[in-house]
Amino acid sequence: MAEPLLVLDGVVKRYDDHTAVHKIDLEIAAGEFIALMGPSGCGKTTTLRMIAGLEAPSEGEIRLRGRRMNDVAPWERDTPLVWQSLALFPFMSVLKNVEFGLKMRNIPAAERTKKAMPWLERVGIAKYRDRKVDQLSGGERQRVALARALVTEPEILLLDEPLSALDAHLVIRMQAELKQLQQQLGITFCYVTHSQSEAFAMADRVAIMAEGRLQQVGPPREVYRAPANRFVAEFVGANNLLSGKVKSIAQGIVMVETAAGIMRARENPLLALLPSDMVTVVVSADRAVVSDSAADGENSLSGTVIGEQFVGAFVTLHLDLGDGRTFRAQLQQHALEPLGQVRGKRLSLRWKPEHTVLLKDK
Amino acid sequence: MKADRIISLAFKAYIWLALLFVFAPILTSFVFSFDANKFAAIPWGGFSTKWYAEAFADPEIAKSLRNTVIVALSSSILATLIGFTAAYTDYRYDFFGKRVYLALAFIPPTIPVIILGVAMLVLLGRIGLSGQLHSVIIAHVVYSLPFAMALIRLRLSQMNKDLEAAAWNLGASQWRALKEIIIPFCLPAIFSALFLTKAVSFDEYAIAWFVSGFNETLPVRILILLQREVSPKVNAIGSLVFIVSMTLVMLAQIVFLMREPGSGKGKRI
Repeated sequence: MAEPLLVLDGVVKRYDDHTAVHKIDLEIAAGEFIALMGPSGCGKTTTLRMIAGLEAPSEGEIRLRGRRMNDVAPWERDTPLVWQSLALFPFMSVLKNVEFGLKMRNIPAAERTKKAMPWLERVGIAKYRDRKVDQLSGGERQRVALARALVTEPEILLLDEPLSALDAHLVIRMQAELKQLQQQLGITFCYVTHSQSEAFAMADRVAIMAEGRLQQVGPPREVYRAPANRFVAEFVGANNLLSGKVKSIAQGIVMVETAAGIMRARENPLLALLPSDMVTVVVSADRAVVSDSAADGENSLSGTVIGEQFVGAFVTLHLDLGDGRTFRAQLQQHALEPLGQVRGKRLSLRWKPEHTVLLKDK
Repeated sequence: MKADRIISLAFKAYIWLALLFVFAPILTSFVFSFDANKFAAIPWGGFSTKWYAEAFADPEIAKSLRNTVIVALSSSILATLIGFTAAYTDYRYDFFGKRVYLALAFIPPTIPVIILGVAMLVLLGRIGLSGQLHSVIIAHVVYSLPFAMALIRLRLSQMNKDLEAAAWNLGASQWRALKEIIIPFCLPAIFSALFLTKAVSFDEYAIAWFVSGFNETLPVRILILLQREVSPKVNAIGSLVFIVSMTLVMLAQIVFLMREPGSGKGKRI
């Protein structure tokens, strides 16, 4: 791989009273859509602000195209940011907002307009060029912010939860548009979000952060199917976590003794597990097969349905395992129909060893 | 229902009485400034503008009016300029002793004007700046600066904290962001501060009386006139000063309330 576009090399950000970012190493390739994802306060926005130069790293180095950026002033970088608050200039027209970056580069007025208009058209707000930004709807303002950031044709665009203020139906549309735009432009998008659906819908890679540390970096599918640790397993998707102790390891299958019985899980050689190690078996909600026959032997549980959530064609069942824990199982609506009315019914759950992920407890 | 109406009427009456109480002296002065009689008394001696004519014909009054205008213009511009930089410093930076800085900045109007006047006289006398028109300008800048700072500070507090950083992010240096974003955003407050500090300076007589020496301003002249004789000219000047001050204060209000952020109406000055 060629020298990546952006490198975070052991980046640390300390404030007087706390450390927001602990030693982050991350390489971002040219043209990729990467999402920094994590709960609030995980350091994702601080990391983004350091890339934009609005915060200085306490330690480590940020390199853009191999150039050390630590001491480069924000106005000397070309790392435009789409703000969560949008931060549009309220006393300027839409066109003037979009032209701002060009004006700061001392481009003559006529040329500025000539360069800005195609961007207004591209995001579909050309007809509002002379309006004040406070006369626009949320979605339209979002587009102004996008055009304003892209007008200087940067190599990388930083986005800080840009869709968080929009209505749900608009969010889905904007996600598709953003992804399409990124592919057409071929530039790098670095997108900060707390929403898994947003990150997974758009990103080529997601970097999951918690408490200032990177937890896992990888394509959404990989992060979803093979969470690297308990945090990721709980944060991403609808996973069920079963704690237990390794009983034996044979032929790539680990036998784990849990409170709910023996579970067979696929071995992960990287963990180098030994008998008596404490582990967590992760079973994705959509991997469990639900039936009304009795549970039998290994990799099987039974529980009472205490809740159903319908999301279109899918339904998520919440089953009480009898010891205070609940298990979530996701299945298609039509697969549930033969079971009839399920609430309060006792159902069994079954899954294959190769559909589990093992995590070693620390 | 009926009791409610009575209470409501009583409140309205109370408000009007209070307003009458506040404005009666000014109203009296205004009415008698157009009275042909020399001594204010009822009945009226007939409508006349002769006191205004006499007031303007008096070279001393004309000179003091000119002084007042010079002082008000210069001190308001200086106070607004310094008030803006002080407010911006407060907005932009966090530093050790910031609370003390703010407290000191807001103190002058809370000091009794007599004390401020004496202190100014002593200080300016020591450094050889007393008794001149610029002495009054300096004193008025000190006195009116907190008003300018408070207005601009209020405006800055209404600004989205990300705006300035967004300008930097788009390539604006700190100076450029100040010029392109902060100042345009604060413009209503800046104009408002200019009008308000002008009004403060236009009215102020106590400090001016101490430091102006022979370059007295209009309010000081009124005081001197009153000490010498009771002339209806005073009513005429008083009414003028009142109208000018009120106009300035109202302009300050109107300009500040215009172009509210996010008003959705897109109002402009």
